[in-house]
Amino acid sequence: MNIVVCVKHVPDATADRQFEADGTVDRVGVDGLLSELDEYAVEQALQIKEKGSDDTVVTVLSIGPEQATDAIRKALQMGADKGVHVVDDAIAGSDAPATSLVLAKAIEKIGSDSSWDVVMCGMASTDGGMSVVPAMLAERLGVPQVTLGSEVSLEGNTLRIRRDGDTATETIEGSLPLVASVTDQSGEARYPSFKGIMAAKKKPMETWSLADLGVDAGQVGLAAAWTSVESTEARPPRSQGEIVTDEDGSGAKALVDFLASKKFI
Amino acid sequence: MSEILVLVDHVDGVVGKTTNELLTIAHRLGEPSAVFIGSDVSSAAEVLKAYGAEKIYAVSSADDSDFTDYLVAPKAEVLAQLVQQAQPAAVLVTANGEGKEIAGRLAIKTESGLITDAVDVQPGDGSPVTTQSVFAGSYTVTAKVTKGTPIIAVKPNAATPEQAEGAGAVEQVSVSISDAAKAAKIVSSEPRAASGRPDLEAAAIVVSGGRGTGGNFEPVEALADALGAAVGASRAAVDSGWIPHAYQVGQTGKTVSPQLYVATGISGAIQHRAGMQTSKTIVAVNKDEEAPIFELVDFGVVGDLHKVLPAA
Ligand SMILES: Cc1cc2nc3c(=O)[nH]c(=O)nc-3n(C[C@H](O)[C@H](O)[C@H](O)COP(=O)(O)OP(=O)(O)OC[C@H]3O[C@@H](n4cnc5c(N)ncnc54)[C@H](O)[C@@H]3O)c2cc1C
Ligand SMILES: Nc1ncnc2c1ncn2[C@@H]1O[C@H](COP(=O)(O)O)[C@@H](O)[C@H]1O
Repeated sequence: MNIVVCVKHVPDATADRQFEADGTVDRVGVDGLLSELDEYAVEQALQIKEKGSDDTVVTVLSIGPEQATDAIRKALQMGADKGVHVVDDAIAGSDAPATSLVLAKAIEKIGSDSSWDVVMCGMASTDGGMSVVPAMLAERLGVPQVTLGSEVSLEGNTLRIRRDGDTATETIEGSLPLVASVTDQSGEARYPSFKGIMAAKKKPMETWSLADLGVDAGQVGLAAAWTSVESTEARPPRSQGEIVTDEDGSGAKALVDFLASKKFI
Repeated sequence: MSEILVLVDHVDGVVGKTTNELLTIAHRLGEPSAVFIGSDVSSAAEVLKAYGAEKIYAVSSADDSDFTDYLVAPKAEVLAQLVQQAQPAAVLVTANGEGKEIAGRLAIKTESGLITDAVDVQPGDGSPVTTQSVFAGSYTVTAKVTKGTPIIAVKPNAATPEQAEGAGAVEQVSVSISDAAKAAKIVSSEPRAASGRPDLEAAAIVVSGGRGTGGNFEPVEALADALGAAVGASRAAVDSGWIPHAYQVGQTGKTVSPQLYVATGISGAIQHRAGMQTSKTIVAVNKDEEAPIFELVDFGVVGDLHKVLPAA
């Protein structure tokens, strides 16, 4: 079985994230890492491998600048088998449709040696992700979309998830090959072990350009985006209001007084 | 004036409040056309008309299970067909899990730009201008679709629903859904039990509890009920199994922007802030005076929530 996990390298959410003058996310001035929500996808792929046959191969695929190799490396340390990094100057500033196009082409290329069975994604990129790339990928690849799973199981050729939908909890299933995505409720992602970190150094990582995928540079990047950012503005930081310390019930009284002064009670 | 398609959110014909918000926004942009996918449009039609729908596309298929038994793809196929037929000036859907995925597939099918999680949409030059709140609410971004038919997924509460009598002309549309779109099957579905409290995303006041509740949400619920508020939670509380995930506020839960947000026993991690930072007034009760949540508050009490809340 061949599993492809799509992971994104994102600016650290605990740092001061910012925009470039052209309205794209600053990916250079801020430290990056493997999107935490994609760790759950790596975890589920590894669990499928562990429960399944030994010859299952987990390939980690990422589109992003040079530093995105760090995200791939982390997934290899967790236990994935090999990495594919798509990097090309023309990709900078790509929107979700272009990202899904390049991912789809890369997945097809990965599958050209031996066909792929599952594409596993995270629920969203943590840098202002739209949670749409997995659905777009399923559309482009013409395969079932079994997404936003909070529980995943594979039985034979059928992948089943629990999906905590907006109005109901559903069980969804599809036949391989398919695109799946998992939420942060799907189960804690493992930490790389020392052994895993050492082993990752020897795992293969391929680097592909747009030309390798047969994608025309004019189809991707900021200039080809189907949307345009008109303005970005930092919200003024909230200023701290009054803080009181509770002593023998004074806190409750002060809280009630505050709520009353704002007409909430 | 051109048509604005609004995908109707409904459960068995009962229209969700977000749909009324979308119709109100559509009214600003052009002529609202509601797209009702399902078997019985009759009760929904009244509501859709009252909130300004000029046209109502009642979409049905020879087999109604086409829409209830499969995930996302059939609805995207219907919208793609209507986009081609009606040539609308924009398509609006609700920015929830399903709505965004429908929008994503529609964008690829129609080669159109997509904007998700809009908190405001206004008429613009050539294409509507959207406002989004990004990076955990620390930036406001305005954007536009520049290709195809603008597809916009709009957050709940982006507009106050306004009644506006529309013509409400029902147009029956019968479609056939491709087999490819029926590949992800919904094998079971359990409706979420109603809590009896206001809906988290729509509530004017939200009272949330975190790890600091120690698993006892009673004081949180009691304060919520006294204020007529919805109950929310941090992921730590959800992960501990104290409260269902549907109550989680934050990056991987719900985004709320109420008049008043009360955080109790919540430290204020960036991922939690992402879901509540744009609330009008923020209040926190936390026993640690160094808790980052206090950086955001209009009013804070340093103290034990189990003592402060019951006494309030
Ligand atoms: C990818 C990702 C996505 C995430 N998404 C979300 C999300 O959507 N929502 C979310 O909330 N988190 C999310 N998190 C988790 C987030 O990082 C924090 O771990 C979480 O918000 C912490 O919850 P907490 O504040 O309840 O717990 P803690 O951080 O443990 O804080 C508990 C607080 O309670 C206080 N306290 C303890 N006892 C009392 C008492 N008796 N009275 C008063 N105060 C007391 C403590 O002083 C402390 O400040 C996400 C994390 C990641 C990595
Ligand atoms: N540049 C990328 N490289 C690889 N995978 C990606 C990339 N962007 C998005 N994805 C995948 O798509 C999921 C949803 O992303 P998004 O639609 O951007 O929120 C992520 O969790 C990843 O699994």
